[in-house]
Amino acid sequence: MGVRQRGRLRAHSAAFSDLRFVRGRTFLVYLFVMRKFGLLFISLSVILILMPGSLRADVKEYALDNGLKVLIMEDHKVPLATFQVWYRVGSRNEPSGKSGLSHLLEHMMFKGTPRYGSKEFSKIIQRNGGMDNAYTTNDHTTYFQTMASDRIGLSIDLESDRMTNLIMDPKETVAERAVVMEERRLRTEDDPQSALFENAIATAIKEHPYRRPVIGWMSDLASIERDDLYAYYKKYYAPNNAFVVIVGDVNPGEIMKKITASFGQIKVSETQKSHISREPQQNGEKRVSLKKEAELPYILAGYHVPSVPHEDSYALDVLSTVLSGGKSSRIYKSLVYEKKLALNAGADYSGTHLDPFLFFLWGTPAPGKDVAELEKMLYAEIEAIKGSPPSEQEVQKAKNQIEASFVFGQDSLYMQAMKIGKFELLGGWKLKDTYLEEIRKVTPEDVRRVAKKYFSEENRTVGILFPQKARSEQ
Amino acid sequence: MKSETIRKRKGVFSLFLISLFAIYYSLFTDAHALDIKRSVLSNGLTVLYVERHNLPIVMVSLLVKASPLDESPDKAGLANLTAELLTEGTVKRKATDISEDIEFIGASLGASTSEDYTFLSLSVLKKDVERGFDIFSDVVRNPTFPDEEIRRNKELIKGSLKQSEEEPSFVAAKAFKNAVYGDLSYGRLIRGSIETLDRITRDEIVRFHSDFYRPNNAVLSVVGDLTEDELSALIKKFLSPWQRGNIVKRASVEKPQNKKRTLLIDKELTQANIIVGHGGIKRENPDYYAVSVMNYILGGGGFSSRLMQTVRDEMGLAYDIHSFFAPYKEGGLFEVGVQTKNESSKTVISEIYAQMNRIKRDKVSEQELDDAKAYLTGSFPRKLDTNRKIADFLVAIEFYELGLDYVDKYPQYIKAVTGDDVLRVAGKYLDTLDMVTVVVGKQSKISLDNQ
Repeated sequence: MGVRQRGRLRAHSAAFSDLRFVRGRTFLVYLFVMRKFGLLFISLSVILILMPGSLRADVKEYALDNGLKVLIMEDHKVPLATFQVWYRVGSRNEPSGKSGLSHLLEHMMFKGTPRYGSKEFSKIIQRNGGMDNAYTTNDHTTYFQTMASDRIGLSIDLESDRMTNLIMDPKETVAERAVVMEERRLRTEDDPQSALFENAIATAIKEHPYRRPVIGWMSDLASIERDDLYAYYKKYYAPNNAFVVIVGDVNPGEIMKKITASFGQIKVSETQKSHISREPQQNGEKRVSLKKEAELPYILAGYHVPSVPHEDSYALDVLSTVLSGGKSSRIYKSLVYEKKLALNAGADYSGTHLDPFLFFLWGTPAPGKDVAELEKMLYAEIEAIKGSPPSEQEVQKAKNQIEASFVFGQDSLYMQAMKIGKFELLGGWKLKDTYLEEIRKVTPEDVRRVAKKYFSEENRTVGILFPQKARSEQ
Repeated sequence: MKSETIRKRKGVFSLFLISLFAIYYSLFTDAHALDIKRSVLSNGLTVLYVERHNLPIVMVSLLVKASPLDESPDKAGLANLTAELLTEGTVKRKATDISEDIEFIGASLGASTSEDYTFLSLSVLKKDVERGFDIFSDVVRNPTFPDEEIRRNKELIKGSLKQSEEEPSFVAAKAFKNAVYGDLSYGRLIRGSIETLDRITRDEIVRFHSDFYRPNNAVLSVVGDLTEDELSALIKKFLSPWQRGNIVKRASVEKPQNKKRTLLIDKELTQANIIVGHGGIKRENPDYYAVSVMNYILGGGGFSSRLMQTVRDEMGLAYDIHSFFAPYKEGGLFEVGVQTKNESSKTVISEIYAQMNRIKRDKVSEQELDDAKAYLTGSFPRKLDTNRKIADFLVAIEFYELGLDYVDKYPQYIKAVTGDDVLRVAGKYLDTLDMVTVVVGKQSKISLDNQ
């Protein structure tokens, strides 16, 4: 969101846009669907920022009687603060036939309560110079505002209000459902790589709800009614199924008074734990292809892997960095630079899912090159590591990259809050203190061990996009 | 934002040898004071510096006045290719050494070219800052442009051009720019085309670098955990030997040549990707601030804008609709962009015209005006809330000659805008009779009836 006055500072738009619209890594659309612009690509090495020892700032933890947990980290470098409400609900919790419910509900959260009319939320925040947005993932739904720290009371007021008082006008619901359908057309239907990604996930995962896209299947979206949304809202939006993260120039004591006075009034909900199907072991390669108008083929290979804080997750993170952490990493250097086989290629491990998800190898062949050859060469990179562990130098480089990215991430209040929230979701914010320690312990042999353990043909699902040329006439 | 008391004080910025002049400028309240120090080295390099010790990191930005404005149309892509090749080999380092060295210390180094300039950025941990500066200055000053790297990078750029054709938004933007600016630099792709890339020779790249990558044609900013003495030492060692050059004055005249026209591009898509617009304003135009307010109300203000409220919230016809002015050094663009299902194209385009005509005809409400001004002024500090953002901001204010007191002036400029100003600039800079319309989508389902 924000004012899109490009131009003046466009070359480095980070300076003037609140959220960067990350293009090119389109398959990640599946994981994060935002209310507007902005696909956040979350990988451990990108977003989980830890404090280096010398700078360790403390998160202060509070709990209200109704179960709402509040995590506050003071950071006084700028007179701003970011305020985030995290709900422990995402597409993972949706009943079959109603995919897209969590994300559509996220949109409806901006449609008003008796106190603040439809569309008032963002207007109030913007009028106060703030930015606000929200996004939905497989596991959670997060709402956030960043603004001058002396106005953060507005967030408390507005967020506590919509946690429990949403109206959901039926007419507005129908209009917003149409908006989300346009969003799906934009992100998935008309984006060949995203469309392949969706196909590949639904093929790789057969029982766990991660098989369904966060944005929802088109026919499911069409079936979602106001009452479905309202029941879902009442079931999952409650203080005992949420937590608040605040980072910035704030005084925890003062802010807790305000939070207790507002959020403290909200009743506990009888949140029932929904049953989540467990994904069984995969015992044979699965392949899926997609023929669609596109310029170049695209290949994606996914392997079932565990998430943080599983003991193997740290070595998997290092493995993905060895394979894909920049131009000196193995896949880029071999397939893009030396062999000139790929236009771009890499590995992705997003170990931040609540349940086991997938480790991806992916690539776009250079024009005129064969996608089958690229597929073979991607596997060759994994086989090489299975054969002999990466060098000490490579593993040290990967660790340096992960550590440095943690430090750089602290440049932003928003990123720090994201990190705290993500770890809290995964089992407790204190995990952030052990994460780097675990990364530091990873040895080259650990990297080889996890490569051998997870990267088998039986555990693999391959998706390939075959471009179709349109019969277009003007 | 708390009240912005701006302190101005003179100081001695002993940045290496000759400090022609120095200005201290502070931003935010005293508790969050941010002193901007400016200095021009004897070789002509402008240096902007903010000392911040809150994190053990250093952010460096370098803006070089080298862009498609400095290349001929038949060599389109020269500026961008030159920038891409900076990190692909120097006198001391091979391409693979550069990436290995940078990545081993967890730093990042990149170069990219935009309409008006080329921008290099380095993010490095404090403990590795010397190494970072060494590599950074090496790629700027001593690239060797090996033939093999030129060939390889040309192929990568050509491949990326092909891949971009997959993105409907790219196809639409390319057609739109070209319709407005034709073969002038703002009408071309920064990456060039397959044909123009094939024409570029190594000699031309070497000459382009030698002509434009000069300290007196560049602006450096450094923000982070570095004292003035430490910075002076680094600059003395790595950047003061950089030789000044004779810079050829940019001769480009970027005049929009749009005439009302509609371009329909057929693709197998569920949504039409639409751009409607025409030429815009230069960054130096004094109406820039009134235009910012006007555009915020029309379609720039995210969820608060009129276009968003009607097309998204009321009609449910799009996920995103926005308008923006892209104000460049020598020209500009105005455009409204939207994606909607093919069948709704005509309705959405009519609504865009209606909203443009409305803001040209009727004065905006006091509430809208106040909200727009409150956002534009109130959000300004957020644009400077990280070291990276500050570093990038500093080189831009220098390039567009906004002045070090811009952080102070900007809110004043915005606050001075009146409802009459908004009406005047809408009348002057929005032209619904001379619009370029681009629609990329499944044309058999799109019927515009001669919009």
